[in-house]
This record gives sequence, C-alpha cells and structure tokens, in this order.
Amino acid sequence: MTGLELFWTWVAAFLTLSIYSFLYKDNVFYKIAEHLVVGVSVGYIFTINWFQGLHPYLFHPLAKSGQEPINLLRLIPFFLGLLFLLRISRKYNWLSRFTIALVMGISCGVSIPYTIEARLIEQTKASMIDFTQQPSIWAGICSAIILVGTIATLVFFFFSKEHKGVLGGTARVGIVFIMVGFGASFGYTVMARVSLLIGRLNFLINDWAKGTYHFIFG
Amino acid sequence: MRRQVPLVICFVAGVLMLAQSFVPPLNWFYTNALAWARIISCIAVFIGLISLVRLHATKVRRRAADWKFSIITLLALLYMMLAGLLTRYGVFVKLHGQCVPGSMGDKIVTGFQNAFNFQDIFLNIQIPVQATMFSLLAFYIASAAFRAFRARTFEATLLLVAATIVMLGRVPVGHYIWGVPQATAWILDVPNTAAKRGIMIGIGLGMTSTALKIMLGIERTYLGIKD
Repeated sequence: MTGLELFWTWVAAFLTLSIYSFLYKDNVFYKIAEHLVVGVSVGYIFTINWFQGLHPYLFHPLAKSGQEPINLLRLIPFFLGLLFLLRISRKYNWLSRFTIALVMGISCGVSIPYTIEARLIEQTKASMIDFTQQPSIWAGICSAIILVGTIATLVFFFFSKEHKGVLGGTARVGIVFIMVGFGASFGYTVMARVSLLIGRLNFLINDWAKGTYHFIFG
Repeated sequence: MRRQVPLVICFVAGVLMLAQSFVPPLNWFYTNALAWARIISCIAVFIGLISLVRLHATKVRRRAADWKFSIITLLALLYMMLAGLLTRYGVFVKLHGQCVPGSMGDKIVTGFQNAFNFQDIFLNIQIPVQATMFSLLAFYIASAAFRAFRARTFEATLLLVAATIVMLGRVPVGHYIWGVPQATAWILDVPNTAAKRGIMIGIGLGMTSTALKIMLGIERTYLGIKD
C-alpha cells in the first residue's frame, strides 16, 4: 500500500465511521459526510452526463467529423431541453410543458407494446403451462400452485367488486401468497443489507486497521 | 396554446412510437426519438443542479441553520464538476495521461484519467458512503422487523415464517439445518413467484392503461394542468 492509497483508505474509513455515528444520534461528523457526498455525487453525475450523454448524442452529431454529415436535427431536442430549463422560471415555466409532453408521449408510446409483451403475455404464458408434461409429479403440482397463486393474487387486487363469496375466498388465498412473497422479499432485503454491513466491517478491519498496521510496521 | 398544444404533441409522439412497433418504415422515428429523449434528459439534469446550487447558496447567504455544511456541498460539487471537465478535456493532463484529438478539435482523453483525483474521490468518498448508508438500514430494518413481526394474525405469521426461513436459508448455518435449504428454495420458486407474477401482471395492466390515458389526454396532471 502506497502513502496515497493509505490516505484515501483513511478518508473512506473516516466517512464510514461518520455515517455509523448516526446510530448514536445526528451529529457534526454525519452532517459533514452527508453534505460532502451530496456535492460529490451530483458533480459526478454532471460529468458522466456531459461526457456520456451530451457529448455523443448532441455535440458529436453537430460537429463535422470524418465522413459523417452534420445532424442538424439534434438542435431540436437541444432547443426543447432549453425550454425544459424554463421550469425554474415563474413567468415562462409553461413553455416546459412542450418538452415534458414530448418525453411523456415517447415514453408512453414505447412502453405500451413492451409492457404488454414482457409483463402480460410472457408472464401469463409462463403461468399457463401443461402440468402433465412436467419432469415430475411434484413439479406439476408446483406449477399448478403457481397458477392458482397468480390468479388469486390478481383477484386480490381487483377492487371493482366487493370481496364477498367466491371472489372473497379467492382474494383470501391471494393474501396468503402475497404475505409469503412479501416475507421472502423482506428476508432477502435484510440479508442484502447485512451483507453490505459485513462488507463495510471487512473494509474497516482488513483495509483500514490491518493496512495501516502493515504500512507502519511493515 | 398552453394546454392543447402539449396534449397534441404527447398524442402524436405516443402514436408514432406505438406505430413504429408494427410499421418497420417508422423505425427512423424510434431511433431519433430515443436520442432526443436522451439529450432532453441530460439537459434536465441541469435543473437538479441549478436547484441544488440555489438551495445551498440561499442557505449560506441567509446564514440559515447548518449553513456551514452547505459550503461543503457547494465546494465538493464545484470541485467534482471542474475536475471531471478539466480531466476529460485534457487540461493539465500531460502529467497524467495521453491526449487524443477529439471530434470538435478539443483534446479528449480516452477514459477518465485520474488527474485531480477525480476517480479517487468517487471510489473513496461516494462508494463507501453510499454502501455505509445502505448498510445502516440493516439496523433500522431489524428494529422494524422486531415491531412488525409479531404473530398476531394469520397473515403476520405467514410473513414471519417466510422471512425467517428465507433469512436462515441465506446464511451458512442454514445449510446445516435439515429442510431449510429446500424450504427456502420452494418458497422463492413457488409461492413467491406466484405472488410476484400476479403483482407484475397487475403492474403491467396499470402501466398500459396509464400510458393510454396520458396519450389520450385523459391524465394530464403531469403537465401541472388541473381539471
């Protein structure tokens, strides 16, 4: 480990401990780390945005380069983008509606066929399989449970009719599946957070404490 | 003009994007529209930037509560922006990396060189702080679980049992407990899949209907227009 690497390790360790100090209470170290990372991350996003967004999609097509002709059409989104910036103006913020409308139209139009394909058709197809053609009886039973669970979950979210009788019973089955699904998601999330915690403790013990010891004592 | 024109733009753009999925000659619109949306979203980042600078500059000017910390934010932001731009455009980069001529006659360095410690700051400030903040949730989620996981009702018991089995199945000791790995796999593959699939189909239906409502001008609150 070089001196510069050790310096950056100490910076990272200081910030890690500053964030953990919030577990005791809000304090000056936590606020320093919090405000520092806000500035750093926005600055980083700006830079990435500039070089991976504006540069290849706007500046490059507008500049003469090699055999490629200049694409003046790219001035239109640039102009629309400038209109979008008027959102911060009290007098002219209505002009930003044109840009928002275009982006919303593009997003909605592109999302409809993909949503129908990926979320509706593919999910339905995956649920409606031939149970008798499964590799084992148990696999067939599990496939049937998935189909029943999917239908019951959908019924639970159907609020156009009061959940009574058959509809109420099916919705009740849906709750069972939803609760098991939420429990599984919760367990997964907890374990993901704990593994992040282990990663930070690993950094503090191995990279920071042991690294510093080895740097000083060899 | 202020209300109708945006709705017409939204409808036309939506219909063209929808149509290009079925009419191949309209693919040129898809290619251009994605690039246009990208440019607009990049410029939209400036709104966030201006808003952040205005907020913190106002706090400093008015000597509001915690205004000293706002100086840290502003300095860090300014430094990262300048470091990113100067590094990439090859200013002072002779000491650190190789310049190549860019398309606009400027000097563009291939990849981010580490002049001004741009990459070091990202790796040693942003990454550790974000990871630590997310790991903090381990403590709060444990405390929330303690309060929520009381087997008062049948549904709460199901949630508790499923979460416990999945958590046990994700740690090394769980693999030594009889039945836990199989139960974890079954919960994730069968009831969890069924619930997620139902929710996903519901979300798909909701997304499609909302997109249609926006395109047809029924839903217009995103423009700030109230009926």
